[in-house]
Amino acid sequence: MTALAAATVASTVAACGGSDDSGGGTGAGGGGGENEASDTGVTETSITLGSHYPLTGVAAPGYSEIPTGVQAYFECLNQEGGVYDREIEFIYRDDAYNPTQTSQVTNELVLEDEIFAMMSGLGTPTHSAVVDFLNDEGVPDLFVSSGSLMWGDDPETYPMSFGWQTDYMSEGKIIGEYIAENFPDAQVGLFLQDDDFGEDGEAGIRQYIDDQIVAAERYTPGNTNVGPQIAALQAAGADFVVGFNVPSYTALSQLTALQLGYDPQWFYSNVGSDPTLVGGLLNRFSEGAVSDASLLDGALTTGYLPTVDMTDNPWITEFQRIWDECGGEGELTNYRVYGMAQAYTMTQALQAAGQNPTREGLVEAVETAGADWEGPVFAPFRYSEDSHMGTSGMTIERIVGNGSEEVQPVRITDIGDAPIEEFDGEQATPPANAIPDEESVVD
Amino acid sequence: MSDLQSPASTGTAGKASDDAPVKATAGGDAPSGPAKTGRSFLPESTLLRHLLVLAACAVLAVAVLELTSPFQNSQLAQLTYYAIAAGGLTVLTGMNGQISLGHGALMAAGAYTTALLLDADEPLPLPVILLAAVVVATAIGALVGVAAARLHGPYLAGATLALAVGLPGLAIYFHDIFGGEQGMRVRAPQAPEWFEGFIDAVSGNSASSTKWLAYVGTICLLITYFFLANLIRSRVGRTWRAVRDQEVAAELAGINLGAWRVLAFVVSAAAAGLAGGVLAIVVRLAAPSGFTIVLSLALLTAIVIGGLGSLVGALIGSALLVFLPPFVTNLGGDFGLNQTEAAQLAPFVYGVVLIVVMIFVPAGFVGTIRLRWMTRKAKRAMAQAQAAGASRG
Repeated sequence: MTALAAATVASTVAACGGSDDSGGGTGAGGGGGENEASDTGVTETSITLGSHYPLTGVAAPGYSEIPTGVQAYFECLNQEGGVYDREIEFIYRDDAYNPTQTSQVTNELVLEDEIFAMMSGLGTPTHSAVVDFLNDEGVPDLFVSSGSLMWGDDPETYPMSFGWQTDYMSEGKIIGEYIAENFPDAQVGLFLQDDDFGEDGEAGIRQYIDDQIVAAERYTPGNTNVGPQIAALQAAGADFVVGFNVPSYTALSQLTALQLGYDPQWFYSNVGSDPTLVGGLLNRFSEGAVSDASLLDGALTTGYLPTVDMTDNPWITEFQRIWDECGGEGELTNYRVYGMAQAYTMTQALQAAGQNPTREGLVEAVETAGADWEGPVFAPFRYSEDSHMGTSGMTIERIVGNGSEEVQPVRITDIGDAPIEEFDGEQATPPANAIPDEESVVD
Repeated sequence: MSDLQSPASTGTAGKASDDAPVKATAGGDAPSGPAKTGRSFLPESTLLRHLLVLAACAVLAVAVLELTSPFQNSQLAQLTYYAIAAGGLTVLTGMNGQISLGHGALMAAGAYTTALLLDADEPLPLPVILLAAVVVATAIGALVGVAAARLHGPYLAGATLALAVGLPGLAIYFHDIFGGEQGMRVRAPQAPEWFEGFIDAVSGNSASSTKWLAYVGTICLLITYFFLANLIRSRVGRTWRAVRDQEVAAELAGINLGAWRVLAFVVSAAAAGLAGGVLAIVVRLAAPSGFTIVLSLALLTAIVIGGLGSLVGALIGSALLVFLPPFVTNLGGDFGLNQTEAAQLAPFVYGVVLIVVMIFVPAGFVGTIRLRWMTRKAKRAMAQAQAAGASRG
């Protein structure tokens, strides 16, 4: 707080004086010490973070917008003095959603760009190609953009890796409980991506409605014909379909169901339900026959972050301002909000790691203080020495137009057979300029 | 046999360069050592000559690996697995005239074998594991090769394409063994103690795991190229070229076309298997998305750009695969593009390079240089002959 305020003032003064490089030495306020190049990727004036995303290829729509959100947030943060008067440099590279390429660009980030930490690396198969390397090299691997359990449930194996979003198993549990309470007579069919995503989601949902499930159909990413799966769900008599699938398969499943004259109640997990993106994909796949997301109207989904349609949410107001002031071309999207929210948590982590952060100190900071961090996410994080799991809860929402309305407030849980509880906290209001103010928890 | 057709021996370069297949594979057909007429310090025996080259390359490789940064080490490790596979493919395509779009799948076979064997509680020694990867890929290559021997040109391309599309699907179908879409993570083998001592003695650098993997890849690359170079220069290579260029003549000469084609496929599959094994330990993952048709096409592009039939060409083409995208991306960044635009620039520039190569150096880099060199030599020889004839006349 005082340290940050002093640092901000100092950097403003330095900037006014027209000298950039004097900022580092003079920026230390409050705590007294001076900025030092305390670890790889940390200089007196900057901290370098790196990440990998699909910027080209099949997974690029939507996902390639996440880093632009991260970038915009850090840009605005840097204008306000950064963290302890250090600018955040964010380098992101394209892996085309191909694990071989993820491994190549991660080598480049770690060995050539010498990043301090990896942040928000996207994708389960892609990131699993580099999780060993990052942990072997001792590079903090914060806030992986994937809800797989792999990044959080086993800190002993992967001490440097942390999840961020609600994991797929907890999501499945919350969905299962909701169906058991509100649709006890529904014949439920599952439409699952054939990897951890679908598996974890299925394991969660089966804890609550195992006897209601009449069919579980899996698709392989890359195979664009989902006719057999949707027809099988229809044949099994499923009148309620839960999809743990990515956005393009939301669009494909809708189009296929339309062709088959199949009209169950749809429930898409958070990953696959962005109406704007799905609407665009529907338009493209159907060559204009279906022009927007109206097919999705009335479908249910889950949420752990405010979305762009919630224009009176104070976080969205702030993120909109940040995008307008520091962003690039295009509109603020839910993917950019996702990136900004991750950058917000990252800023909290860097602040908590102290004035002269080290890689171990950063990990220690998330483990000790992370569970108390408030921010745009609806539910608390579960960070501790024993768990590196991210946020713990979700709302249930109904898609209306390009937005959604809440049908069940946030409920929180954990992996395994942890119970589901109502969340009694309130969503935090953003601090000034949406810049957090955490105290150092590392000596 | 085909050597009679090569520009150097006919001495009529103009006529020979009209002959598309010969021109396209000129790189591979040129002799590896100096022509007998020239003065040479290299031994006459192919094997001895290649052993000398191998030793020189090994020294050069150590120097390169020790003088480059850890990141460049990791790029060189990447280069080795592309180059091993491309070397095998160039033997198949350049020497024997068979086009394979399925080498990515054969690499997958090697990679999954390596991943499975390294997954054991007490993994076998690394050389044994890599050898197993070669054996498995060879077995699959033999199966495919038998079918391939009956097929030609586009039909063969189609059949091997099916392999590239279908084989990774097996990993998804047998989910419990191969880990499905997410694949199998590979625990990269640790460097043995003698390696640290060796690196310390050579350069005083520290022996990181990246460096160890780069050395493993380089050793595999050198061994593969040594074997392939000897094959190309032996009776086997000559027979392959005969089968490629003059099917009917070859058959009349008593060559069993089918058997020789299968052999070529098997040899190149073995190289692909080794490449897959190296890929698995360097990337630390064997997953279907790493072995898409794009990989097979990238290998084919590499050997075409480098020069069909030439091992040096395969190496150059592979280097382009590895070094061009990051170079272009960084260049784009320097010119003020944002990182997304810069990333999109790389495939574009790669496409442009490919088109430019096809138009201006249709025999590939190495092929074109060798063609020029041979043409000049032929001209000089002709001029000498004419001069001799004139003086006599």
